[in-house]
Amino acid sequence: MSRTQVTCTVNGDQVDFLTLDDESLLNALRDEVGLTGVKEGCGTGDCGACSVLLDDAVVCSCLVFAREAEGATIVTVEGMADGDHLHPLQQTFLEGAALQCGVCTPGFLVAAKALLDRNPDPTETEVRYALAGNLCRCTGYDKIVRATLEAARELQEARA
Amino acid sequence: MRYSAPTSVDEAVGLLSSAPTARVFAGATDMIPQIRTGRPEPEVMIDLKRIERLVSVAKTATGWTIGAATPTSHLTANADLVAAFPGLVEAAGLIGSDQIQNRSSLGGNLCNASPAADSVPAMVVNGLRAVIAGKDGERTVSVADIPTGPGQTSLAPDEFVVEFELDDAPANTADAYLRMTPRTEMDIAVVGAGARVTLDGSGNCASATIALGAVAPTVVRVPDAEAALVGQPINDETLAAVAAACSAAANPIEDKRGTIAYRQQVAGVLAKRAVRKAAERAGGAS
Amino acid sequence: MTVTDEPSTESAGYKYVGTRSIRPDGLDKVTGRAKFGADLTLPGMLEAAVVRSPHAHAEIVSIDTSEAMKIEGVKAIVTGADFPDPAEQGLHPSDQDVANNIIARDKVLYDGHVVAAVAATSRQAARAAAKAVNVTYKVLPHVMNVDEAMADGAALLHPNMKTKGVDPPAEEPSNVASRIVHERGELDQGFANADAVVERTFTTKPVHQGYIEPHACVADTGADGRSNIWVSSQGHFAMRTYTSKVVGVTTSMLKVIPAEIGGGFGGKTVIYLEPLAYMLSKKAGRPVRVVMDRAEVFRASGPASGTKIKVKMGANSAGEITAAEIWMAFEAGAFAGSPVGAAGMTVIAPYDIPHFVVEGFDVVVNKPKVAAYRAPGAPMAAFAVESVVDDLAAEIGMDPIELRLKNAVVEGTEASYGPKFPKIGFVETLDACKEHPNYGEPLGPNQGRGVAAGFWFNAGMNSSATIHVNDDGTVTTVVGSPDIGGSRASMALFTAEELGIGLERIKPVVADTETVGFNDVTGGSRVTLATGQAVVEACRAIKTDLIRRAAKTWKMEADQVEWVDGQAQAKDGSQPPLSLAAIAGKMARTGGPISANASLNARGVGAAFSTQVCDVEVDPETGQVTILRYLTAQDAGRAIHPAYVEGQLQGGVVQGIGWALNEEYVHNDDGVLENPSFLDYRIPVASDLPMIDTIIVEVPNPGHPYGVRGVGEVGIVPPLAAVANAIKAATGKRLVDLPMSPMKVLEAIDGTDS
Repeated sequence: MSRTQVTCTVNGDQVDFLTLDDESLLNALRDEVGLTGVKEGCGTGDCGACSVLLDDAVVCSCLVFAREAEGATIVTVEGMADGDHLHPLQQTFLEGAALQCGVCTPGFLVAAKALLDRNPDPTETEVRYALAGNLCRCTGYDKIVRATLEAARELQEARA
Repeated sequence: MRYSAPTSVDEAVGLLSSAPTARVFAGATDMIPQIRTGRPEPEVMIDLKRIERLVSVAKTATGWTIGAATPTSHLTANADLVAAFPGLVEAAGLIGSDQIQNRSSLGGNLCNASPAADSVPAMVVNGLRAVIAGKDGERTVSVADIPTGPGQTSLAPDEFVVEFELDDAPANTADAYLRMTPRTEMDIAVVGAGARVTLDGSGNCASATIALGAVAPTVVRVPDAEAALVGQPINDETLAAVAAACSAAANPIEDKRGTIAYRQQVAGVLAKRAVRKAAERAGGAS
Repeated sequence: MTVTDEPSTESAGYKYVGTRSIRPDGLDKVTGRAKFGADLTLPGMLEAAVVRSPHAHAEIVSIDTSEAMKIEGVKAIVTGADFPDPAEQGLHPSDQDVANNIIARDKVLYDGHVVAAVAATSRQAARAAAKAVNVTYKVLPHVMNVDEAMADGAALLHPNMKTKGVDPPAEEPSNVASRIVHERGELDQGFANADAVVERTFTTKPVHQGYIEPHACVADTGADGRSNIWVSSQGHFAMRTYTSKVVGVTTSMLKVIPAEIGGGFGGKTVIYLEPLAYMLSKKAGRPVRVVMDRAEVFRASGPASGTKIKVKMGANSAGEITAAEIWMAFEAGAFAGSPVGAAGMTVIAPYDIPHFVVEGFDVVVNKPKVAAYRAPGAPMAAFAVESVVDDLAAEIGMDPIELRLKNAVVEGTEASYGPKFPKIGFVETLDACKEHPNYGEPLGPNQGRGVAAGFWFNAGMNSSATIHVNDDGTVTTVVGSPDIGGSRASMALFTAEELGIGLERIKPVVADTETVGFNDVTGGSRVTLATGQAVVEACRAIKTDLIRRAAKTWKMEADQVEWVDGQAQAKDGSQPPLSLAAIAGKMARTGGPISANASLNARGVGAAFSTQVCDVEVDPETGQVTILRYLTAQDAGRAIHPAYVEGQLQGGVVQGIGWALNEEYVHNDDGVLENPSFLDYRIPVASDLPMIDTIIVEVPNPGHPYGVRGVGEVGIVPPLAAVANAIKAATGKRLVDLPMSPMKVLEAIDGTDS
């Protein structure tokens, strides 16, 4: 089977990669584009460790064909910081000890960013339901939810 | 497996007719896991999302038209649709996490034909129609006519659903959808219940449609439960009759997600709760 | 609402220990730079696919790889024949079991057991080749739980297995690998003294640790048999030892490099893929990456045991527990070695009971070999005993915390498993819960509150650490313990506290098997304790050296110099102090490079206790259980990094909640696993839970220089019973079979359960 070239924007840069038609966007990002921040936790859309923003919508990249990325804009965890300025979520996750092993963290950061982009002032319940698609086995979610709420507060204050 | 992304309905029909195992997809949220667990790969995968008509939510003079490949997150974000059909939208909104919601679609949920599909009971009680395209042109059927069994639909190999038509509801009408899952999210429904009621001037039920999911190979309408409500107030007594009729109408299997007895019992419980919720939304229940 | 008592670091006078520093590996983990097991690529690297048995129990008649080898891109295939015969090598029986679990030879013993593995230039080619490997099986009858395995005439997994620990010795083979017993006093006497007796039988299903990162490794083996192996594991030295035995080389032939690990909880203290990767790489002459997908993780990596536990306990009207009779059977999976031994030691350890018999059996079944899961064996045992203690409290009309206080072990009590307890903090955790506002929160209809306690001994074991002082006075702290909970932060805090320098001047590093001394696994809640001891010891050796060098510089005796706040000071104040940077800058003049090593078998391990309170609401029409509130109080001895200690407590609680409510392995009649995915293996999600209120109790462990007690494990021991006791309080029904899914709860409420 021959591979097809896909052109898209990843973390602000134009990227071209080759892919088989049945390959997932997850594997293309990891193996062809070299961004290993996205992880395969399950491959079936049940754990969220592969979450990316695809045209501003948070999706599981394991459930997206790489070829669907043609012309799309993709953001991964590697694109959240601005140079050496961390995104407030990255900062609150660090300060609030919202990670232990860290393998679910990229997915949570992307999903939390998607939440705050569409709902800047979520309640605790809204945060929990928005992040229900991301599994964490280490933290019990407590500090992740707090860090997300704290980042929301900081972003609101920055806007004020 | 070849990937293709047509930009028109005709092009998609042509591709679908080009190979016996060609398949259309919107979000692929069922398709990819199924391939991973060993279902054979289709020869051609047809991505419907680049066809404008398939990804849209539009108010018409008589109701709504919803593209079959529209991500369900577009439905939950549409305030007018939520206000008019809260049950339909909450059902669509229960198809998985935020990540899934940005990919799942009414067309995919319907045509995957899982008995536990969340949107289907709500689509059925609201009388949605599906516009189907094929090599002989377009035809329109009730959504209830499409799933024929687990993983099976009445669509011909060259057909796919293009869009859904939803008529404006009469005054004093509202819908609701509830489901039973062991966790609060991320589970396939063990039982689902959709209800729509129209109230008359004195607060009694003028008409009702009730449909159950995950308790039979396809969605089950429950005429006995509906009849128990028509012309009656919606109260504990009539709701108990609804519950009993729904438990009796449920014909579930026993699998790793639920036993027969459990599904039958909970079908009744959820149906009466869904009816009560719809009635409260419509303006009155005691 | 998390109420976290700040540990009393001020009173202990620490400057760094007890603070909430940012973990050293944190930046890499929030930016995606951190490399986990599957994130490494090497030039020419091949991908692998594994052929696994579809049968629970079968003889392998033949394996034909000829069609698979023809597939474009396939570079190597291995079967059991490629590995040394474990029996012929003279391996210890438990190592033979490891080797036979890695890849089957004559028989497959569970759905998912490895039969062959393929390496190819792409995943697609490897998978196609794996499908093309033709295996002929002769299916055998299977046994899937302790009842089936222990029944007369049961199919036997191992024809030579005879039960150890029985008297008279077993003559006939069976599926019971061994028996353990603990006894004290006279059981009949004890029950005669009781005013209330409760007797129940409990069953639990296998559950998985549920780490989000599947097993993954990369091996790069040369033709001479030397190999570099990158793997995310809980102990790269252990991985090296196990792998060397399976592939038949000395440990020096293998260099194992630790990747970041995405969760382990005990499940990554054993090997699965490394020997396959080693051998495929050797055969292919290229590096090979082997990764499990999620279905393989469920089918073939070790879950925690399913169990059957019978408990009979008696108490007098004053609330003293007078007798306990415990019978336990634990599923070991396909090879001997369930944690029934540890279960036997922990099951009644929190209580001072004068008369008891604890008997346990290790039973093989046709399921994957179990692996450790956080306090292995203890959660199931506690589920049973803590439920019965709760029922006893109800029968005699005593508050459940009061009853436990009445019987709690304290310093000097002889533990049920032998030794006398040194200073412990069980009573303090009970009191902390009793005094917490959660315990007095009013409860509404269909709501209930449950209490449970737990114990875990924690481990010491071997650790090595090396401290290097760099020429600018910054310090590298080198350890060999993979960091699964934030231990790099703690090692840096110990270094900072001991040497008196800021955290920004310390780099903690987890080194590979060739660059640091031997280390046992990261597990047993031992790293902060044992590796911490090694770090402290090495730091103190550095300080002794620094004092000697300052004294030499000042032409004084070493006992006239002291180390204070990161500087050498003359005790008589006659010299300006010398900082670490100043001494390091002149190291050549005072004896050369400044380094110290400590290798030790840790002593002074402190046991851990936890008391937890769970509030639930139960929907009486659907059986759905909602956790309203959850409180955990745990004795950490000394919380080196309070936020990471809280994290360990909260994580263990949530795993326990999942175990209690929804997690289980479901097998069909053919012994095939039906739910090998996160869709139908239901771990808690964020919307299922409230905040987890944590109390860190600190009763310092006198055996450790900083008073540390391991915290990683005991938190998972109480939740199963805490939730069950809460459901009992909410519904009046005692559920004895896990998980307590909505279906089971509704059946109990309706009285339709069997």
